[in-house]
Amino acid sequence: MTLLAWRKLKNTGMTLLMGGATLMVLIPLILIFVHIVKMGLGSISLDFFIHIPKPTGEAGGGMANGMLGSAFLIALASTLGIPIGIFGAIYLSEYGGSKVSGLIRFCADVLSGIPSIITGMVAYTLLVVPMKGFSALAGAFALALIMIPIVLRTTEEQLKLVPNSLREASLALGVPLWRTSLKVTLRSAMTGVMTGILLAIARIAGETAPLLFTALGNQFWTRKLTDPIAAMPLQIFNFAISPYEDWHKLAWAGALVLVTIMFALSLTARWFGRKKGLS
Amino acid sequence: MSLETETHRWKMEKGVSGDLIFKGVTVLFAFSILVILLLMIVEMTGESLPAIRQFGWRFVSGQDWDAVQSSFGALPYIWGSVVSSILALLLATPLSVGTAILITEIVPKKVGGIVAALVELLAAIPSVIYGLWGVLVMAPWLQKTVQPFLIERFGFLPFFKGAPYGVSMLAAVFILMIMVVPIITSITKEVLLAVPQSQKEAAIALGATRWEMIRTAVLPYGKSGILGAVILGLGRAIGETMAVTMVIGNSPQISLSLLSPAYTMPSVIANEFAETTSKLHASALMEIGLILLVVTLVINALARLLLWSVTRGAKKGARL
Repeated sequence: MTLLAWRKLKNTGMTLLMGGATLMVLIPLILIFVHIVKMGLGSISLDFFIHIPKPTGEAGGGMANGMLGSAFLIALASTLGIPIGIFGAIYLSEYGGSKVSGLIRFCADVLSGIPSIITGMVAYTLLVVPMKGFSALAGAFALALIMIPIVLRTTEEQLKLVPNSLREASLALGVPLWRTSLKVTLRSAMTGVMTGILLAIARIAGETAPLLFTALGNQFWTRKLTDPIAAMPLQIFNFAISPYEDWHKLAWAGALVLVTIMFALSLTARWFGRKKGLS
Repeated sequence: MSLETETHRWKMEKGVSGDLIFKGVTVLFAFSILVILLLMIVEMTGESLPAIRQFGWRFVSGQDWDAVQSSFGALPYIWGSVVSSILALLLATPLSVGTAILITEIVPKKVGGIVAALVELLAAIPSVIYGLWGVLVMAPWLQKTVQPFLIERFGFLPFFKGAPYGVSMLAAVFILMIMVVPIITSITKEVLLAVPQSQKEAAIALGATRWEMIRTAVLPYGKSGILGAVILGLGRAIGETMAVTMVIGNSPQISLSLLSPAYTMPSVIANEFAETTSKLHASALMEIGLILLVVTLVINALARLLLWSVTRGAKKGARL
């Protein structure tokens, strides 16, 4: 074999190898997806959306309390996390000196890499211990802590893309800097900021570990902020590790609903992103 | 910033305080990042102190974890975390880098875009759902087919000794591999996209085949970025809680065999923290959390620095 033929053979071989690697990456995705759809569709029903879990051994029941609990936790975490993230980002892109901004940016990146279970432990010591009990409030606080660095970094990236001439035009018209930041800079970056917010929500919607010892979970409805609250990921976890077939079914149905919501969120985020790209 | 100084004079004339208040709020919120990070470190350290005082270094070398006797040693958990993460990365790294190369250098842009989107979907699936699939589908499959095969063929090796339980170190390694692949792939993809086109064209012009171009022009340029991506994946694997807890079997033992159940640091926290029996028990779990926090802080800082050096280099190259 000539050297050239050998080199070409090697090229083909490596190309095939990389194709094989890609297949190995995609196969689990397809397997997981097919399983969730198959098992989920097999066990989902109207009951799933309107009932709370039945006691062990009884068939039927649903995750209505978990779904509402998750929605509530996300809403509460968002009201705390989104403003902090957005205003923090405005500081980084509009005011901050490069050294301070660099430090905060770095810390935000590092913070978003910290395991979420640690966030749960910190929320436990800060809220659960002083309030003497697991609560919806503590769960939302833990989720907000996870949201802040994500929203901050994505918003900042978007604000940086806004051309300086827009800011200058607004300032030249005599609009104060703070109104310029809100009404001109932030508004022109809004679609991108929405993408970031949706991705952050998608991230916390599936979080389980930080809720384990903050929101704790609840078999029933929650009436007070200071009571433990049910959340879908927690219910999926508890049902999956239980030995009961009925509960496994509920877990699959929950997984299907959760994955559908997540994919919808990331598709909407992409759609926002694309709109931004076109404009 | 210059914009701020320009408005300064105007502000003085009109005496507007809106800017001051607004700036104050943004400063406060931006610095909340630093406050959160410091708070985490301080709280975790403070809560760990009783266990640190009681056990000292024995905590990381001790092997028994007994809440009744109040004797706590975390070595089995550290072992489980380290082994599962490193093995998962050894499997995930070649797959991820291969996929990233395929997306950026080999297939047409459209196909690459589809593959990249699929990989990102993989990253969007919550960890608890990986765990659900892992414990109800993958573990039984491992128990019935893969593990008996390994025992029969390679049972003479210490790594494949024992009975097929399904839930095991092997299951954790597989689940972690599936979970870190999307992270490493998408970051490696970004890194490879930052390689200057001219560099690749030069290699092709010198007569290199496509693989030779990748090996000589693309990979050396992206080396530190890929390393950053892998380290970031390591951080994710070490901190991964739910999926691992559901498939690793939760048995605190140090065994060479991949078939035997094990336990990791996040898993023991997840399983025991809500129902601690004593102050010392809670503090011991906090110390495990503190170790986890410090390790992931170092890992993430290192990865970010590596990745920043790459992207900054790319920007400088573009300016030239």
